[in-house]
Amino acid sequence: MNKGTIKKVLNYIGKYKIFLGLSVLFAALSVVLTLYVPILIGKAIDYIIEAGRVDFDKMAPILIKAMIAVGITSFLQWLMNVCNNKITYNVVRDIRKEAMRKIERLPLKYIDSRSYGEIVSRVVADVDTFSEGLLMGFTQFFTGVVTIFGTLIFMLTINVRITLVVVIVTPVSLFVARFIASKTFSMFKLQSEIRGEQTAFIDEMIGNLKVVQAYTHEDENMEKFDDINERLEKASLRATFFSSITNPSTRFVNSLVYTGVALSGALIAVNGGAAGISVGRLSTFLSYANQYTKPFNEISGVVTELQNAIACAARIFELIEEEAETPDNNNAVALKEARGNIELKNVYFSYVPDKKLIEDFNLSVKKGQRVAIVGPTGCGKTTLINLLMRFYDVNKGEISVDGNEIRDITRHSLRSNYGMVLQETWLKNGTIRENIAMGKPDATDGEIIEAAKAAHSHGFIRRLPKGYDTVIGEDGGSLSQGQKQLLCITRIMLALPPMLILDEATSSIDTRTEIKIQEAFARMMKGRTSFIVAHRLSTIKEADIILVMKDGNIIEQGSHKELLARNGFYTKLYNSQFAQ
Amino acid sequence: MKTVLRYLSGYKKESILAPLFKMLEASFELLVPLVVAAIIDTGISGKDTGYILRMCGIMVALGIIGLVCAITAQYFAAKAAVGFARKIRHVLFEKMQGLSFNEIDKTGTSTMITRMTSDVNQVQSGVNMVLRLFLRSPFIVFGAMIMAFTIDVKTALVFVVTIPVLALIVFGIMLITIPMYKRVQRALDKVLGITRENLTGVRVIRAFCKEDEEIKSFDDANDTLTTMQKVVGRISGLMNPLTYIVINLGIVVLIYVGAIRVDTGIISQGAVVALYNYMSQILVELIKLANLIVTMTKSVASCKRLEDVLKLESTLELHSSGNTGLKPDMAGAADANINSNNNDTNVNQENAPAVEFDHVSLTYKGAGEEALTDISFTINKGETAGIIGGTGSGKTSLVHLIPHFYDATRGTVKVDGIDVKDYPLDEIRNKAVIVMQKAVLFKGTIRENLLWGNGGATDEELYEALETAQAMDVIRSKEDGLDEMVEQGGRNFSGGQKQRLTIARALVRKPSILILDDSASALDYATDARLRKALKCIKDRTTVFIVSQRTSSMQHADRIIVLDDGRAAGIGTHESLYKDCRIYKEIYDSQFKGAGEAQTNE
Repeated sequence: MNKGTIKKVLNYIGKYKIFLGLSVLFAALSVVLTLYVPILIGKAIDYIIEAGRVDFDKMAPILIKAMIAVGITSFLQWLMNVCNNKITYNVVRDIRKEAMRKIERLPLKYIDSRSYGEIVSRVVADVDTFSEGLLMGFTQFFTGVVTIFGTLIFMLTINVRITLVVVIVTPVSLFVARFIASKTFSMFKLQSEIRGEQTAFIDEMIGNLKVVQAYTHEDENMEKFDDINERLEKASLRATFFSSITNPSTRFVNSLVYTGVALSGALIAVNGGAAGISVGRLSTFLSYANQYTKPFNEISGVVTELQNAIACAARIFELIEEEAETPDNNNAVALKEARGNIELKNVYFSYVPDKKLIEDFNLSVKKGQRVAIVGPTGCGKTTLINLLMRFYDVNKGEISVDGNEIRDITRHSLRSNYGMVLQETWLKNGTIRENIAMGKPDATDGEIIEAAKAAHSHGFIRRLPKGYDTVIGEDGGSLSQGQKQLLCITRIMLALPPMLILDEATSSIDTRTEIKIQEAFARMMKGRTSFIVAHRLSTIKEADIILVMKDGNIIEQGSHKELLARNGFYTKLYNSQFAQ
Repeated sequence: MKTVLRYLSGYKKESILAPLFKMLEASFELLVPLVVAAIIDTGISGKDTGYILRMCGIMVALGIIGLVCAITAQYFAAKAAVGFARKIRHVLFEKMQGLSFNEIDKTGTSTMITRMTSDVNQVQSGVNMVLRLFLRSPFIVFGAMIMAFTIDVKTALVFVVTIPVLALIVFGIMLITIPMYKRVQRALDKVLGITRENLTGVRVIRAFCKEDEEIKSFDDANDTLTTMQKVVGRISGLMNPLTYIVINLGIVVLIYVGAIRVDTGIISQGAVVALYNYMSQILVELIKLANLIVTMTKSVASCKRLEDVLKLESTLELHSSGNTGLKPDMAGAADANINSNNNDTNVNQENAPAVEFDHVSLTYKGAGEEALTDISFTINKGETAGIIGGTGSGKTSLVHLIPHFYDATRGTVKVDGIDVKDYPLDEIRNKAVIVMQKAVLFKGTIRENLLWGNGGATDEELYEALETAQAMDVIRSKEDGLDEMVEQGGRNFSGGQKQRLTIARALVRKPSILILDDSASALDYATDARLRKALKCIKDRTTVFIVSQRTSSMQHADRIIVLDDGRAAGIGTHESLYKDCRIYKEIYDSQFKGAGEAQTNE
């Protein structure tokens, strides 16, 4: 599974091959130079022997050389940094872009069945963790590996025997790190489980704080919270402590390596001979030994970080690879201005395969007719809208507009022929004007104000601090539910599409304003095919066709008079409005 | 920072011991170059193998002692950081739970949740790192300098120049990047915002075919974020190369100066190697410090966000200090004098009206206009009151004053003859229970949810409440009855089912005042009617407030309050209002006559 993810990540990185190549080149060069500097310093030290025996003439050019090497190294380091930054952040940007494009094409089924927070956290938090891991991987893993090989070669050129000591002892630190990591893995898992439990509890209680306070349930909550909190503390302490042993332990191993080098170096120096080693060279060696072991420590850290990053990447790719809506047919036509004749023939639909919902449903709506959908709570009124707008596809049967099966029409052209106001109002973060002009971006101010007047929103908009240019926050911000609904209605009044869907469009608006809006609706509906979902039977009575739904099925169908005459479920529903 | 870090005080011992052991470890590390110098000067020059072996033994011993110290330090640091985080979370949760509705409205829940989770985690790891490393790094840096001085004062002066330059670079880059990191965080917020918006508004966006535009605005925000990240990265990426240059420059100077000193016979070759080693140690420490600083920068930002929450204070006015006793000399008394008979409070409580509003006005924090203006009415015990009015007319605001969710800006609200401000909060909320517009159930069984109303209720009492709330069929439709699990947010129940269960939950409490704030809106008319009928049967001691847009819901109330733009447009019975109150008549007609007829009323 990991391999697949890594391959996909590499695919994204592939776009920045040149920078990757440069980064590798800079890393290699700067590592070589970094390693060369101690050699120069060692040579310089060898010219300092004792009082009166210091060769300044030979030492000076070496020191100057060292300075030049240092200058170039740091410049290369910076360039490498810039390259890594560029690769990482561009890759992350590309992945986010891809994710967003997928979100816009995901079937509603996917979005409806998941919490928004979860999807958002994939696009934001997971991508962020991934970028951190990737950056760290580039900067540390890469230079680390180069450093290990570089120092190895340099050490070999100085003294083979001492090098062997280093090479044999160092991997011990890797084993130690591995051992600790495997032990702490389950501790970390427990920690994140309890953390998840706590977050869910906070989310629930703080999210519904008003209810908590209304029931003075604060003390009970505090108790429950403290219980989780204490368990979290215990788990965190174990995880944090045991994982933090890694660093001192590997450092201890390093100090053993260091001692080993000092010991073997000193002994070789003492026993001299051809294989002997000068003090300057020994000091070079010691600094190499330090540099050689350091990447091992870092790499063990980077590996966990990378694992985490790959896990996050897998979650993002899961989203990106989620099946999109079935694309429009190749030969799908764009529906121009629809006339509004709608046919539903033998339609079968259900959200879950084993839970039947709409079965063999037939309906024929002529241009300009009004269709009202009524029924008790949760009877599936919105399902029909989901099908008409093609948010969901029918399982069997067909729906056609002006004789065109809707799967042969582009989604965009189908949807833009509908004007939709939902009970769940949604406004985007932007100005009032932007929100109203959503369906008709080129509308003039005059048209916008006229629409606002028709929807009776002009009055309250005018009273806002900046009128039509007032910026409303995320999800409507400080506007009341009713005001938001008025704005959504204004949006439709401006766009005036040939077909209308009003799903409890006035549920949050007071009845007096509602009457005024109904009037405007009535004018708008003239000549337009419309579907209306409503509780209030007064708004339904004048519909041409009333669909009575119960438990997902259409159980009665006809005009108000016909249905009353039938004395069935509709009659019961209608009478209950006046029940005392 | 102080307000947050205060919570470390319970871990004084740990917070002192952790850095202390770290420093001990560092001190042992600092001794290593001296040992190496001794090996070179005494061991190699004297060709003394035994001495070399002994010195290496000392190095291993130093390593072991260092390891023990380090592990001890890690333990104390982890303990302090984790304990601190637990305390901070406890305090934050307590704080948030205690906020009044005014602050809840202002703050918004999602930021409170991220603060309690990710910000606390950030601060926890910050504290852990600081305890472990922040003292260690400067200690090593200065320790190395001091050790250099013990070797040779004149050569060591190189350190005195190098270290301030390094500090300048490290802190300079830190100061420049902190505000930049904050801006990056804000750009990320924007990306998050657009992503969220596209999920919540998916139907509207698709209905208006705005996908491409949304993608474009996302791309813009995403590009801005990327550019900012790259710029910050470029600047903070300067840290390593710059410190590298400075240190190596220091080394070159060190060796040159050292060479002169050796030439004149003041120090030995081994001493130069030791000085060189100290300089290298500083470099290693600085690289660690640089990584630490990034963590620190983020922690400081999170710390500030936590502080913002801790600074919030509940603005609710409370006169009672926990005891139920009345305090007649309190502020309410002056207003209470308007009512003639408040001599004996006990008697008063018995006969006093259940709820009394006396010239009450309410202005929300930060709002320009009043939400309620000069409302006065009295509802007696056992009566049913209806509240009706247009969108935003102040219906919810009015009933929220009864359980003292908000303070009235002017006037007094009395329950059983006593100013609500004089009740302890839990007592007033025990008396007056509100069923809110949005039906909320919590994760757990149905029984657990109902017991929120009254922890000691028997199953019989629960069934009784369910019966009244017309929720028995909900229980019957579930396999496990009362023990059916409710998922988070009550997702496995329909809107109407949830509403009926929340009403039942309120009834379990057997409140003396029951407020239904449009809480039957998802019920069809038939169920709504049955519910009202059932509520009537329990009304012997319960005063009921019904807030609704349906006149049918309150037609038979003892008193109806008609609100219009925050003012009482009429108070009376259905009959009297229908006659005298134009607004009420309009509302009623709009619901009971055809739309066509109602138009003529305009």
